[in-house]
Amino acid sequence: MSNKIATAGNTGKKIRSDCFVTLELKDKGGIQIEQKSKVEVLYGKANIELCNEVLKFYGIENALLTLEDKGAIPLIIAARIEAAVKQLIDTDKEYFLEFIEENKYFSEKEQFRFSRLYLPGNSPSMMLNAGIHEPNGIILDLEDSVAFDRKKEAQLVVRNTLRGINFYGAERMVRINQFPKGLEDLKYLVPHNVHMLLVPKCEGADQIKELEEKIEEIKKLHNIKRPVLLMPIIESALGVEKAFEIASVSENVVALAIGLEDYTADLGTKRTNEAVESFYARTRIVNACKAARIQAIDSVFSDVGDMDALRENVKASKGLGFEGMGCIHPRQIKVIHESFAPEPDEIEKAKKVVNAFIDATERGLGVVSLGTKMIDPPVVKRAETTINLAISLGLISENWREEFLNNE
Amino acid sequence: MGQKYSNLVKNAVGRMVPTEVNGQKQVPYQGVGKYKPDARKFGPRISSCADFPEDGNKQVASLKVALVKAGLKDGMTITTHHHFRNGDLVANQIFDIAKELGVKGLRWVPSASFPCHEHLIQYLEDGTIHHIEGSMNGPLGRFASYGNMKGMGILRSHGGRYQAIQDGELQIDITVIGAACADSFGNANGLFGPSASGLLGFALADSQYADKVIVVTDNMVPFPCSPWQIQGNYVDYTVQIDKVGIPEKIISGTTQITKSPDRLLLAEMTAQFCLEAGIIKDGFSFQSGAGGTSLAVGNYFAKIMREKNIKARFARGGSNKYLVDMLNEGLIEYILDGQTFDLDGVKSMAENPNHVWTSPFTSYNYHGKGNFAGLVDVVILGATEVDVNFNANVVTHSDGLLLHGIGGWQNCLFSKTVVLPIPLFRDRIPVILDEVTTICGPGELIDVIVTERGIAINPKRKDLIEKLKDSNLPIKTIQELKEEAEKICGKPAKPEFDDELVAVIKWVDGTIIDSVRKVKS
Repeated sequence: MSNKIATAGNTGKKIRSDCFVTLELKDKGGIQIEQKSKVEVLYGKANIELCNEVLKFYGIENALLTLEDKGAIPLIIAARIEAAVKQLIDTDKEYFLEFIEENKYFSEKEQFRFSRLYLPGNSPSMMLNAGIHEPNGIILDLEDSVAFDRKKEAQLVVRNTLRGINFYGAERMVRINQFPKGLEDLKYLVPHNVHMLLVPKCEGADQIKELEEKIEEIKKLHNIKRPVLLMPIIESALGVEKAFEIASVSENVVALAIGLEDYTADLGTKRTNEAVESFYARTRIVNACKAARIQAIDSVFSDVGDMDALRENVKASKGLGFEGMGCIHPRQIKVIHESFAPEPDEIEKAKKVVNAFIDATERGLGVVSLGTKMIDPPVVKRAETTINLAISLGLISENWREEFLNNE
Repeated sequence: MGQKYSNLVKNAVGRMVPTEVNGQKQVPYQGVGKYKPDARKFGPRISSCADFPEDGNKQVASLKVALVKAGLKDGMTITTHHHFRNGDLVANQIFDIAKELGVKGLRWVPSASFPCHEHLIQYLEDGTIHHIEGSMNGPLGRFASYGNMKGMGILRSHGGRYQAIQDGELQIDITVIGAACADSFGNANGLFGPSASGLLGFALADSQYADKVIVVTDNMVPFPCSPWQIQGNYVDYTVQIDKVGIPEKIISGTTQITKSPDRLLLAEMTAQFCLEAGIIKDGFSFQSGAGGTSLAVGNYFAKIMREKNIKARFARGGSNKYLVDMLNEGLIEYILDGQTFDLDGVKSMAENPNHVWTSPFTSYNYHGKGNFAGLVDVVILGATEVDVNFNANVVTHSDGLLLHGIGGWQNCLFSKTVVLPIPLFRDRIPVILDEVTTICGPGELIDVIVTERGIAINPKRKDLIEKLKDSNLPIKTIQELKEEAEKICGKPAKPEFDDELVAVIKWVDGTIIDSVRKVKS
């Protein structure tokens, strides 16, 4: 063994809910653990026990482990030690803490994806409370927000997070690394009830096919029956051109997202608030998604301080046919939900249409009409979608029609 | 050092407390509203105009001269006030002078201390100061926690400090009142001048009851200094110095609305709770602290009031830009101000007759014929810990260190509804425990705990439980919240303490509600 000292985790003044471990393998002297913890009085003993347990799990008998703890919860400490161990020892063994009951829920192909909150995969501090802001989805990011030399430790943090941190019903998403590197991420995710994988910089159906083969392999190994859903992210000119091919390659592809920072860079232009430069790409992607009957999801809005601009942005996005948007700050979630929600006059119109449809069906009429106007089936379908959305957002009650008829 | 006590007794909240502190007899806490001393208030000496300058000019050359003339000597009780907060330049100078004069064993009673007073640790070490009675923030609290103070600390609420002085439990030899504006007669206010901080309410009791009263200012104006928040008729000496405070530090750093999404959510849930509980309605009153979360609560109140066209009769408490904006917008009719946190507050108090300055006497004193705190419909407060019986702690952390003062917190518990928005855990430290480290407020006065993961209503408040029974807010039991935190963080071990006591916590009536033990180093 040439390299006998390894480190993992984060330290520094601003670091919270994380820890930094230094592991030095020795030839003799047993296990020594040195701890400096912000919560030593309350959890010092528990931390030492955990350190001993992880080292024992990997059969390490002589080592000096230094734990610099800023209030990390056990699953983070364990991930950090495992990351250090794996730099020094060649092993496939994985150290697991409990997979909590609360995390054994599933997502469906058809569900709202208005908001998805990005969390950097190697920064535990934001993960504990991400779910309380009630985004539709939470993305643990292994790609751009993780430094190249931290990819491996981030995989372990993300894996442990999927097992042990409650997201309170949000769809459990991970953005893997760009193809083909992203293939290496899968074994840390697929066995741990990841609902959806975001596939960055996707440029062709073949990438998705290869990814799915690998996913199937892991699912078989772990006897997993449920599908892993996919949301490819289109971030290049080539990706845009291949949007429909990607959207329709597999029934597990349930949405396409667009990533505008990389896309505009690929075009050699600048991203502007007016977004004229990406108009073609966005409409092309919306069209590809609708053709493949999947959801079209917009890029993130990066000015986290300007909620009014965000609101405008979402309205424009919704107008183009997008059904969701990324968030990089929890305060964006509510604005995005409110802005994707149907507006009062939209709901009122939809009530009239759906009521006329029910009325016509009850009376055995083949044609739906409102006043003197005939209503086409797609209009009815859209109205039904609006009503269902309004009900699910709590904007109207499930018995809206009773009230509606009373007011007629 | 800490103090070993063999004669501890169990008080009405089950805490072991001493019956004597620093040689003075003490009464253990007996329950809310139980202890009513049958006695007369403290009577200060009678002064005669014959002993004071006929022209009313009481100005002396320096603070040192004033202290010497006031008879500064060993073992005296010296009081100061925290109107200049972390920008205070007065308290440190007093003890520099005491050191220079070789005076020992002083008792320092600030209305609150700040990190800027770390300078005084050297005097606690060399015996110039024997002990502190008042809030011990940051470095001073840490110093005391490890048992390094020669005497026992005594922590009182703002109202409790007035009560102790009024009742004669705390007899003051010399008080030094730093004022932004004064005249040579001793009239003073906090409204005008480079160190303007609003009002001087915390010094009111001291001016009325201290043996000797010194007013120090860097803005001496010709008689009359108006308005006279401190009346010169109580004052012995006046002093002009270069600078009484550092303006940018007087404006405390805590007076910004939080940007933390988690805290904002907490604030939003708190406001929503108050709305659904029927508290936010025309003519209501509220008090919300100066911390980031409390400020955000005020902001969400404003939003609700605007939307629903509701006006509050008054808001109590520390004032700041946000509250002043609400006053100017017509959302509230009066601000009853106890402490002004920024220059918008100072300006408003000086110019707007509906922005009224109050004192711990009118707002908080429990040994009075009522006080304003009890008239407030809802108060939003913080806490370092809460237990499953709703008892709360504001002075110590879960590791046992004494790091904060009580402020007006205990006094505000008499509001009609007390709501504590607190995160369920802070960096793995659970906030809801089986038992708080230090009881500062009894659970019977605390109504609602709002955390980001659920809201617990005190079972005593059946009316609130009933009102919120169909709410979409996550109403849970406090036990459920505690378990939820422990599931995430793990069950915390208890801190280990030595037997010695380092401080006691007074209740609003002067009884001892809990003691603080020395932390094992």
